[in-house]
Amino acid sequence: MTQTEKTSRPGFRVIGSSPLRQDGVEKVTGRARFGADIHLPGLLIGAVLRSPHAHARILAIDTSAAAAYPGVKAVVTALDLPELESKIADIGEASINQRYQSNNILARDKVLYFGHAVAAVAAVNGHVAEAAAALIKVDYEVLPPVLDVRAAMAPDAPILLEELRTAELGDHGTGPTNVAAHLLLETGDIARGFEAAAVVVERAFTTAMVHQGYIEPHAATAQVEADGQVTIWCSTQGTFGVREQVASILRLPLSRIRVVPLEIGGGFGGKNNVYLEPLAVLLSRKSGFRPVKLTMSRKDVLAATGPTSGSVITVKLGADAAGKLTAAQATLIYEAGAYPGSPVGSAMDVIFTPYRIPHVRIDGYDVVVNKPHTAAYRAPGGTNAAFAAESVVDELSERLGLDPIAFRLLNGVHEGNRKVDGVAFERIGLLETLEAAQSTAHYRAAAPGRHRGRGVAAGFWGNYGGKSSASASVNADGTISLIEGSVDIGGSRTSIAMQLAETLELPIETVRTTIADTDSIGETEGTYGSRTTFATGWAAYEVGQKLKVGLKERAAHLWGVTAADVDYADGVFRSGAEHMTFAGLAAQMDGTGGPVVASASVQPSSWGPGFAVHIVDVEVDPETGKVDILRYTALQDAGKAVYPDYVAGQMQGGAAQGIGWALHEEFIYDGQGRLLNANWLDYRMPVSLDLPFIETVIVEVPSPSHPYGVRGVGEVPIVPPAAAVANAIYRAIGVRLTELPMSPGRIVAALRAQDR
Amino acid sequence: MATKTQVEAVINGEPIEFLCEPRQSLLEVLRDTLGLTGSKEGCNNGNCGACSVLIDGALVNACLVLAVEIQGRQVTTIEGIATPDGLHPLQQKFLEHAALQCGFCTPGFIVAAKALLDRNPDPSEAEVRQWLAGNLCRCTGYDHIVKAILAAADRPTGAEAHP
Amino acid sequence: MASVWIPALLRSLTGGQATVSATGTSVLALIDDLDTRYPGLRARLVDGDRLRPGLAVVVDGKTGRLRLREPVAEASEVHFVATISGG
Ligand code: FES
Ligand code: FES
Repeated sequence: MTQTEKTSRPGFRVIGSSPLRQDGVEKVTGRARFGADIHLPGLLIGAVLRSPHAHARILAIDTSAAAAYPGVKAVVTALDLPELESKIADIGEASINQRYQSNNILARDKVLYFGHAVAAVAAVNGHVAEAAAALIKVDYEVLPPVLDVRAAMAPDAPILLEELRTAELGDHGTGPTNVAAHLLLETGDIARGFEAAAVVVERAFTTAMVHQGYIEPHAATAQVEADGQVTIWCSTQGTFGVREQVASILRLPLSRIRVVPLEIGGGFGGKNNVYLEPLAVLLSRKSGFRPVKLTMSRKDVLAATGPTSGSVITVKLGADAAGKLTAAQATLIYEAGAYPGSPVGSAMDVIFTPYRIPHVRIDGYDVVVNKPHTAAYRAPGGTNAAFAAESVVDELSERLGLDPIAFRLLNGVHEGNRKVDGVAFERIGLLETLEAAQSTAHYRAAAPGRHRGRGVAAGFWGNYGGKSSASASVNADGTISLIEGSVDIGGSRTSIAMQLAETLELPIETVRTTIADTDSIGETEGTYGSRTTFATGWAAYEVGQKLKVGLKERAAHLWGVTAADVDYADGVFRSGAEHMTFAGLAAQMDGTGGPVVASASVQPSSWGPGFAVHIVDVEVDPETGKVDILRYTALQDAGKAVYPDYVAGQMQGGAAQGIGWALHEEFIYDGQGRLLNANWLDYRMPVSLDLPFIETVIVEVPSPSHPYGVRGVGEVPIVPPAAAVANAIYRAIGVRLTELPMSPGRIVAALRAQDR
Repeated sequence: MATKTQVEAVINGEPIEFLCEPRQSLLEVLRDTLGLTGSKEGCNNGNCGACSVLIDGALVNACLVLAVEIQGRQVTTIEGIATPDGLHPLQQKFLEHAALQCGFCTPGFIVAAKALLDRNPDPSEAEVRQWLAGNLCRCTGYDHIVKAILAAADRPTGAEAHP
Repeated sequence: MASVWIPALLRSLTGGQATVSATGTSVLALIDDLDTRYPGLRARLVDGDRLRPGLAVVVDGKTGRLRLREPVAEASEVHFVATISGG
C-alpha cells in the first residue's frame, strides 16, 4: 500500500490527488501509437547489417548484391555519412565526441562491438530488406577483443581508439590508451581520517553490464522531402535531443528537421541517444524521398543499444568507536563500452553522498571496451556505486554493533552539509526518510527466521533541472489547452497539467495536455534526469501565472478598474462588489480583446536531490542458491508528490529493476566478445512471480527549489536495491556477496567457500 | 515474392479476409496488414507477452502463430476488449490503479488477464502472478497490475498479510 | 573576495589549496584573476571562450545558467562540478 507521510504544507487542491491519466484510455484500448505503429503511404522498411565481431577493421564493404536485390530501394554505409572531425560537443547536457557518435551509427574504419551497425537497406518490406542486408559482403580483419576493464587498462592491451588519450579535466595523457578519463574528487586528508578510525572495512566489488530492458524496441521513421526538409517520427525520451543529434551527425540545420514524438514504451535513459533516426533519414533521401521505417529486433536492442556499465569498485570506510564516519576512499572503474562516456562521474557523485565524512577521496576511470557504447540507465552509475558503498556501510555498522538505520541516522547528511565537490545541500530529506523507515511495520516486524534476512540500504540521486517549455490557451468555455514538449513515459501529461490546474485553482478536468513536436513548442530537454514533472511542471506553473495576469486585465476592462484591483482566488475573479468565475470570464474573452494565451520556458538553477531508503526481507535456499524476495518496502523523499500513485509506481519500478540487477541480470559474452544472451529467456528480467507487492512510503520534505516543493522521483529508487538485497542475503546466510548479479551459482559458491 | 494465401477468420467479432505469405506471423498481419497495432512486438519470440491475443478464447502469443493458422477461427485482440458502451472492467481497473506507466505492455496484460478471469473469475494473488509470468513489464514492478486484476475480479486488494 | 573551490585535479596548480580567494564580478573574471597567480588554471577550465564541456559552475549553490558570465558577489562561493543530467 502507498502511504504518504504528511510533513508538507497542506492546502493543495489538485496536487496530491489521483485523477485518471489523460492518455489512459488510448493506452488501455490499444489505440495509442508507439514508435513502430506508424504507417505512411509508400512506406519502405529498413534493415541493418550488424557486425558479427567485437573488434575488427573493416577492409571493404560490397553492397552490390544487396542493391541489385529485387525490391531494394536504397543501401547505405558510413560513406553516406558526413565525415566529422573529432570534436567534443555538449549535446543537451552530455558531452559527446561527434565523430564517435557518427561512427556508432555506422562503423567507418573499425567495428568495436558485436552488433555494431555496418550498413542499412530500405526495401518494399522487412523480409526483403533483411534478405538483402544479408547479401552485403564485409571484409573484416579480426582483432583481439578487450572485454574487461582490467584487461583494457593493462599496458599491452589492444587499443580500441588510436587517437584516445586519458583526459584529466582539461589535460590529457600522451600515449594511446583505453582509459578515456581519470576523474578525482577529494576533500580533507584521508590518511588522517583513517588514522582517526577505530574500525576500517575495505572491500572490492564487481558488477556486470546490464540493460535498461524497456519492452518497446527502438523504432524510427523518416520522410525527407525533395527540398531537404526532414520529418522524423520516433519513440524517444527527448525530441529536441533527437533533432540535435541528427543535425550534428548529418550536418543539417536544426530548422530543417522536425521530430514528432510517438508514445514511448519505456526508456530508462536508453532512448536519449539516436541509433536508427539518422539511418532512416539517409535511406529516405537515397530511395527517392520515400518514407522509411526501421525497427530493432530484441536481439539488436540487447546487443547494440543501451547498456549500462559493468564496474570494478573498491571501497574503504573508517569510523570511530562511537560510530562516526572518519574517512572514505573509493576507486571506481566503469566500462564505457566502445566509445568514451560511462556514468563514472555520476557514480562518484552518488557513492558517499548520504553521509557526512570529513576526509574523502574518490578516483574514477572511464574505460573503453569492446562492448556496446553505454547509455544512461536510471540514476546512471548509482546502483553499482551504492551496492559497493552500502555493503561496506552495513558491514561497518555491524562491526560497531549498531542498528543499520541508527548508524545511517548518526552519519546522515542534512541541510548545510557539503558534498564531496564542496557544494552545500539545501533542505533535504534523508534523515526524515530514515526515521520513516525505522517506524515502518516492516522494519519493526520480528527478524524473518532461518535462512532469511533483512537488509537495508540508502541511496542518493542529485536529480536535474534542464530546459522546459509550455504554452496554454484559455478556451471560451473555461477549459484550457496545454501544450508542452516532454514525452510522457509514465503519467507526466497529467502531473504537468495538475500543476497548471493547481496554479489556476481549477479542477484538473479543465486542463487537457498535448505533447508538441519540435516545431510547435520551445526547446524542452528529454524526459530524463527525473526532471519532467519538476521542470516542465514548473513551466506550466509559470504559464498559469501569466494566464492569471492576462485574464485579470480582461476583468479590469469589464469592470472599469485596473488589473491591480482584480483578485483571483478559488476560481473566481473579484474586484469590489464585482465577481466572475474563471469560466464566466473566459466566455467574455471575445469582446475584451480576443484569445488569452501564454507561454513560458524555464531553466532552473537548482533542483532538490532525492534520497531513498529500501528495506527487504529475503529467503535464501542454501542448496540451490535461489533468493526469494519475501517483503519489500521502498521509502523516498518526493519533496511534494504531485501524482502520488505514479510516484509510488516509480518507486516500485525502480525497486524491481534493481532487484533484477541484484539477482539475475547480466550480459554474458564469450571469449570473442559475442553476446550469448541477447534474448529475454537468457537475459532474465523479473517477472510477476519473482516479486511481492512492493510497499511504498512517500516522505514529503518540500524542495526549496520548486514553486510546489517538487523533487524529481524517477531515478533514486534504483540506487539502493542491489545493496539492500546484498545486505539481506548476508543476514540470511552470513556471507557477503561482492559480485553482481548475486545469481544462484555465485551464492552456492560463496557458501562452499565459507564452509571451507 | 512468395505466393499469398487467402485466410478467412473472425477478428474482434468481425468476419475478415486477408492475403498473407505463409511465413508471416499473426502479429505481423494484425499490425501491418490489418492495422491492428494494439498488439505490440516486444521480442518476436514468445518471451514478453506484449503480443498476447485470444484464439478461440485461448491465450497465445501472436508472434508465435502463423497467420495462416487462424483460418476459420475467432481472434480477440486488445482492440476487441472494450464494448461499444465503454471500457472493459479490466481496462477501467488498470486506469484506476495506475497499472500502466509507459503502457507498452498494457494491451498484452489486459488480454492475458481477460483470459485468466474468463477461466477463473476469482483468482488469488498467487494465481494472478503465476498466470502473468509470461508477460513482461519493465516499468511497474507488477504491483499495480496485480492489484488492478484482483480489483477487476472483485477481490479485496492491498490485504497483504505479513506475519 | 569570492571563494573558489578548486577541483581536486587542479590543486597541483594551487599548491594543494582546495579553496582560494579571487577578485572579480563574473566567473570568468575570477578565473582570469586566479590564472595570474596560478598559471594554467584558465586553460584547464575554459575551452576557447566557453566553460569546458562537461563542466558546470555553481555559484552560491545555484547552477550558473550564464556559465562564465555568471555574476559573483563579494562573498560568493564558486564551485566547478561535473554536469550530470541522469537517465
Ligand atoms: S512479441 Fe510476442 S511474446 Fe514478445
Ligand atoms: S508499463 Fe511500461 S512496460 Fe509495463
